[in-house]
Amino acid sequence: MRLLRRLLPHPFLTLLLTLVWQLLVNDISLNSLLFGFFLGIVIPVVTMPYWPNRPKLRNIPMVVEYILVVLYDIVIANIAVARIVLFKPDAARNPAWVRIPLELRSPEAITVLAGTITMTPGTLSADLSAKGHSLLVHCLDTEDPDAVRDEIKQRYERRLKEIFE
Amino acid sequence: MAFAAELLISFFLIVSGIFGFVGSFGLLKLSDPMSRMHAPTKATTLGVGGVLIASILHSVFVDHHLSLHELLITLFLFLTAPVSAHFIAKWHIHRHETPASLPDAGEDGVWATHDIEDDEDVAEMPR
Repeated sequence: MRLLRRLLPHPFLTLLLTLVWQLLVNDISLNSLLFGFFLGIVIPVVTMPYWPNRPKLRNIPMVVEYILVVLYDIVIANIAVARIVLFKPDAARNPAWVRIPLELRSPEAITVLAGTITMTPGTLSADLSAKGHSLLVHCLDTEDPDAVRDEIKQRYERRLKEIFE
Repeated sequence: MAFAAELLISFFLIVSGIFGFVGSFGLLKLSDPMSRMHAPTKATTLGVGGVLIASILHSVFVDHHLSLHELLITLFLFLTAPVSAHFIAKWHIHRHETPASLPDAGEDGVWATHDIEDDEDVAEMPR
């Protein structure tokens, strides 16, 4: 068991690298499978010093749910932004800055949240506060900045909290 | 069958064309730099996504083999688009916003871009 842990310090990364290699080769054969797995073993061992405190994913079903929610929101975001760009006169738009106080602490979780905010409806993450306790978000068009903040906290941060913490 | 497949592929190509156009048009139309960034980060995702879905469908229905290269492109796009947008936003805050023009940063007092200890390297920068 200990030997296995040393050989595969990061089993999920091993799996992901093998999979990505298959996609790069674009063809599943024993040859590419073996080489992908070889990369999947070597790369985590070599890069180990770069992730000293890596987070554990606690809740795998929640990861799937999160990905599905985000994909759905990306499609909605595209349509919403397209409508604003095409049909809303610029003077009628209310761009606004919103501060989102963060409950998430791990850098990885905050990174995922910031990326998600950028990809989803009418919001763009712009900056972190000096010690990482809040996130600065720009809204393309909003009547009520507080509602935007509450929705992001409820929809994404709550799920990320369950995944990472 | 072949006609239905072609119809489906064309549909995704048209969707991607529309969203690609809206993304570029947004860059021209929106008035302030921060708003302008919304158009390319979002509309383009579906723009590129549509082409990639059409490409997967084409390889399945026309070339009769499964090609999933395109999923990687989607993945890389989702990873890189927010990061580059974040860089541009930081630049904008650095050059055009002051702590007073942004909302209050809460318990930390100041946003990271404005948290500059000493201005030496900034002062040396050629104007």
